[in-house]
Amino acid sequence: MKKIYVNEQWCLACHLCEYYCAYANSGLSDMVQALKDKPLHPRIQVEQRGTVSFAVNCRHCSEPLCLKSCIAGAITEKDGLIVIDQDKCVGCYSCIMACPYGALMPSESGVMQKCELCATNSHGLPVCVQGCPNQAIVYEER
Amino acid sequence: MNGYHQRTPLEGEVRIPSGCAISGIISRSGKRFSGREAISSIAVMHDRSNGLGGGFAGYGIYPEYADFYALHVFYYSSEAKRSCEDFLEEHFDLINLSKIPTTKHHAITDEPLIWRYFVTPLPTKLASSQLDENEYTARCVIKINREIDGAYVFSSGKNMGVFKAVGYPEDVGEFYRLDDYEGYSWTVHGRYPTNTPGWWGGAHPFSLLDYSVVHNGEISSYDANRRFIEMFGYSCTLMTDTEVITYMIDYLHRKQGLSFEEVANVIAAPFWSTIERKSQEEKEVCTYLRNTFASMLITGPFSIILGFSGGLMALNDRLKLRSLVAAEKDDRVYLASEEAAIRVICPEPDRLWYPSGGKPVIVTLEGQQGGQDGHQLPVSGL
Amino acid sequence: MGINYLYPDFEVVRNQDRCISCRVCERQCANEVHSFDEATGRMKADESKCVNCHRCVSLCPTRALKIVKTDHTFKENANWKGEVIQDIYRQAESGGVLLASMGTPKDYPVYWDKMLVNASQVTNPSIDPLREPMETRTYLGQKESVIKRDANGKIITKTAPQLKLEIPIMFSAMSYGSISYNAHKSLALAAQELGIYYNTGEGGLHEDFYQYGKNTIVQVASGRFGVHPGYLNAGAAIEIKMGQGAKPGIGGHLPGSKIGEDISKTRMIPLHSDAISPAPHHDIYSIEDLRQLVFALKEATAYTKPIIVKVAAVHNISAIASGIARSGADIIAIDGFRGGTGAAPARTRDNVGIPIELALASVDERLRQEGIRGNVSLVVGGSIRSSSDVLKAIALGADAVYVATSALIALGCHLCRTCHSGKCNWGIATQNPELVKRLNPEVGSERLVNLITAWNHELKEMMGGMGINSIEALRGNRLMLRGIGLHETELNILGIKHAGA
Repeated sequence: MKKIYVNEQWCLACHLCEYYCAYANSGLSDMVQALKDKPLHPRIQVEQRGTVSFAVNCRHCSEPLCLKSCIAGAITEKDGLIVIDQDKCVGCYSCIMACPYGALMPSESGVMQKCELCATNSHGLPVCVQGCPNQAIVYEER
Repeated sequence: MNGYHQRTPLEGEVRIPSGCAISGIISRSGKRFSGREAISSIAVMHDRSNGLGGGFAGYGIYPEYADFYALHVFYYSSEAKRSCEDFLEEHFDLINLSKIPTTKHHAITDEPLIWRYFVTPLPTKLASSQLDENEYTARCVIKINREIDGAYVFSSGKNMGVFKAVGYPEDVGEFYRLDDYEGYSWTVHGRYPTNTPGWWGGAHPFSLLDYSVVHNGEISSYDANRRFIEMFGYSCTLMTDTEVITYMIDYLHRKQGLSFEEVANVIAAPFWSTIERKSQEEKEVCTYLRNTFASMLITGPFSIILGFSGGLMALNDRLKLRSLVAAEKDDRVYLASEEAAIRVICPEPDRLWYPSGGKPVIVTLEGQQGGQDGHQLPVSGL
Repeated sequence: MGINYLYPDFEVVRNQDRCISCRVCERQCANEVHSFDEATGRMKADESKCVNCHRCVSLCPTRALKIVKTDHTFKENANWKGEVIQDIYRQAESGGVLLASMGTPKDYPVYWDKMLVNASQVTNPSIDPLREPMETRTYLGQKESVIKRDANGKIITKTAPQLKLEIPIMFSAMSYGSISYNAHKSLALAAQELGIYYNTGEGGLHEDFYQYGKNTIVQVASGRFGVHPGYLNAGAAIEIKMGQGAKPGIGGHLPGSKIGEDISKTRMIPLHSDAISPAPHHDIYSIEDLRQLVFALKEATAYTKPIIVKVAAVHNISAIASGIARSGADIIAIDGFRGGTGAAPARTRDNVGIPIELALASVDERLRQEGIRGNVSLVVGGSIRSSSDVLKAIALGADAVYVATSALIALGCHLCRTCHSGKCNWGIATQNPELVKRLNPEVGSERLVNLITAWNHELKEMMGGMGINSIEALRGNRLMLRGIGLHETELNILGIKHAGA
C-alpha cells in the first residue's frame, strides 16, 4: 500500500507540512480562517537538530503497537490504514506511550489524533505531500 | 526583370510559388516519337494550369548534333543578342545557329527572339579553365543568365531541348511545332503561378546541361535549399522551386557522383524512424547521406519528373502531398499528375500504380545505365 | 550609521489579515529579511536586505506576501536616472568595480521579438505534428565535402565525430562552483533523458557525474580547471571557451569562499584558494594558436570527439568565426551579449558585445559566402527565452541553440541577479549546503525535461504550420522570417524582408 515516506536529504525544515496538515484536518475551506492566531495541532511534525531535519508522522505499521495498546478499541486497522475513532477515544495516552515514533498526539479537544493519510478528510492525496516544496515527503508504494 | 517587362515583378525579383501539372513519357527501347503525345497528355490537365506558362523537354531530338551542347536562348533585344553571341564566340565553337522554328498561335503572344546554337567549348579556353566540359558549359550558362540583361539560356544539354513559353502548354507545343521533333522521352509542364503574369524564362521545364525538371508543388524548404546550393557556385536567379531542385540534382548527381536513387535519399530523405528500421548497412548510408546533405532535404509538397540523358526519374515528397501516377505498356513508361493524362494517350496500360512518397521511379533506356544505379523498372512504389 | 545614501529598492508587502505566522518566509530567506516579533506575535521584514528573489512569496501558503518596487524616487531626470545616481553612491563608498549577475537588464533591442514567422495557406499545406512525423533530430559536426566510395562503389560512411541531438537545444556552460552540485545534477539528468547535452563549464567534472558522460560537453577554459585526460575523454565533446557573451574579454573569478572540499578537488586547486580564469588563454594569442589547441585536444581524445570553440559575439564576429571554421574546430558556439553569468563587472556586461541575432545572421551568411558553412555547425546562445526564439535562430541559420538562463528559471531562478552574493535562496547559485539542498535534482530535472519537451512541441507545431516536417529544412530558411519595425540596415544584416514585402 502507498504510504508517506520522508527523504530527510531533501527536508528543508520549512515546517509547511505541519501547516498544510493542520489546515487539511480543520474541516475549514480557508487556511487563514483555520490557522490564524490559533495553536497548531498538526499530525505531522518536523524533528530537527542542527542541519538535520525530517518530518515524522504515522508509519501505519504492519504490527501497530498503538492499536494493541488502545484500551477503548478506538484504533482500528483497515487494509493497512490505521485510523482512530475520536468518539471512542478516552484520552488515556496509552497509544502515545506505545508508539515508538511519537506519531500520535493529543488533538485540540484532548482526545488523540494521528495521520490517516488524508483518507478520512476531503483532500484525497495527503496534503503534506502536495505541499512539500522539495518533494522531501512522498506518497508511494515501497 | 531589367525593363523588358513592366507590370508586376517577375521571376528573379520575387519568389513565385506555383501549382502545376506534369507529365512524362519514355520509350525504354529508345524508339523516338513526336511531341504530340506529350501535348495530348498535358491538354487533359488544362485546369491545372492557368495559361501563365507551359513547356516541354525532349530527349534524343538532335541526333545529328548529339555531341554538341544545344543552347536555346530567349532575347529581349538585339543588343542582348549581340552581347550574348559575343560571349558565346569567345567561349565556344559555334557549329550551327538558327532561329527556333515557331508557328503563329493566337494564344501565344509577346514572344521574344528565340535562338538555338549548337556549340562545343573552345579547346584552349576549356584547357585553361581546368574544368571538364560540362562544368565549363554550366558556368558559362549561369554567367549569361546572371550578367547579360535580356538574354536567357533556357536549355543547354546535349541531344535534348527545352521549349517553353507563357501560355497553356498545349498551345506552347503547337507554337514550337513539336510534331516535327522526335525524341525517346518527353516531359511537359503546365503552370499555375500564384502571383505573376509569368515570364517566358520562368516557364518550366527548368534545365541545366541535360538535366531538366518539371515540378508540381510548393516547397517549404526553398530558402534553406537555395542558401546551401549557392555555396557551390549556383545562382538562383529565378527564385523558383524548380530552379533550386535542378541545381541540387546537378550538384548531387553530376558533381558528387551520387546515383539517382541516392539523390532521392537526400532530397526526399526517409524519416529517421524509417531509417532506424533498415538493415545496418542501409541505415549507415541513409544516415550518412541525410546528415551530410541535410540542407538539401526538400520539405513541402512536390512531385517532379527529372529528365536526363537516357532516362526519367519521378519523385514525390516524403508525405506524398502531390499526386503522381505511373504506368507502363510495352516499352513505354508514363508518368503524370493525373491518371487521365496517361489514359488519354495509353487507354489500357499493362500496369498502373501510384508511387509512394519519397520513393523514386527511375526509368532508363534498355542497355544503358542511368548514373551508378542502373535501376530498371519495376523500381518501387508498388 | 553615518549617512545612508541608498534607499531599499523593494518593499515587502505583507497582508497581515492573511499571515498565519507560520514563519516559512523567515526560515527560507538566506538574506534574513523576515523575522518573528515575539511581542506582537506578528511577522516583520527588513526590506533593505531583500533581493526580490520571491522565495518567500513562492512558499507562503496563504499568499500573504508580495514584493513591490519602491516608489521612493529621485527628482525626475531622463539623463541622471535613479540607478545611475545609486551606482555612483555605491562606487563612491566602495571604490570598487560594480558587480552584477545574469544577463544585462538594459533595454537593448531584442531582435527575436522583431521577427515574425510564416505559415502555409492554400498554395501548400500545413502539416499536423500530431498526425505526421515531425523531425527535430540534429547532428552537429563537420560535414564531408566530397563523397568517397570504396573499391566496390559503396559510399564510405565514416564521418568526423558528430553530436546527435534529438532536440536542437543544449544546456550551455555553467561551471560547478558558479552553480551548485544539485543544479549540475539536474542538468545532467535532464540532458540524459532528453537525448541532448549539458556543459560542465570551466570548473571540471565532479566524479559523481562521469556516469552522464555520453550527454556531457566538457569545457576547457583559460583557467584549465579540472582538465586532465580522463576529463577530456569523459564527455561527448570538448568545448574551448574563448569568451562569454556576458563578459567578452574578461576572465573569471570564483572567490576562495566558494572553493570547498568538493570544488577544490574537482577543479584541482587548493582548498579556499581563489579560482582565477585569465582573460585570454595564455597559449592562444592568435588564430594559429587556436588551431594548435584544437588539434592538441583532438590528439588527446584520438579524434573521437568534436571540438567546439565558444566565443562571445563581438563586433567582427563573422571574421572571427571564419577563422575558427578553418581552424579544425567542428562546432562554433556564439554567445550573445544578453547571455547570463554568475558574476561580471556590470559595465562590461551592459556595454560590451553585440546581440546574438545579428551575430548569427552575419556569421551564417559569411560562412556561406566563403563556402565553408559545412565545415562547422553553429550553436548560438545568449538569451534564448522560448521555442519561438529557437525557431527563429534556426531559421536564421543556427544548427542548434544553447540555453542556460531559461534552464535556471525552470529550476526556480527568479532572476534577482545576485548570484555573486552566493546566497541563492533557490539552491542554484550557491555552495552553502543548507541552500544547495533546496534544489532536489529529481524535481529539477523533471522541470527541465518538461520545459524542453514543451518547447519541442511548440517548435513542431510552428514547423508544421510552415509546412516543414524536418528541422534541417528550417535551418537557414530566412524566407520564413519577416522583420517588424526594423530599418533597412537591420533587415540587411538579418538577411530578411520586412513584413508585408
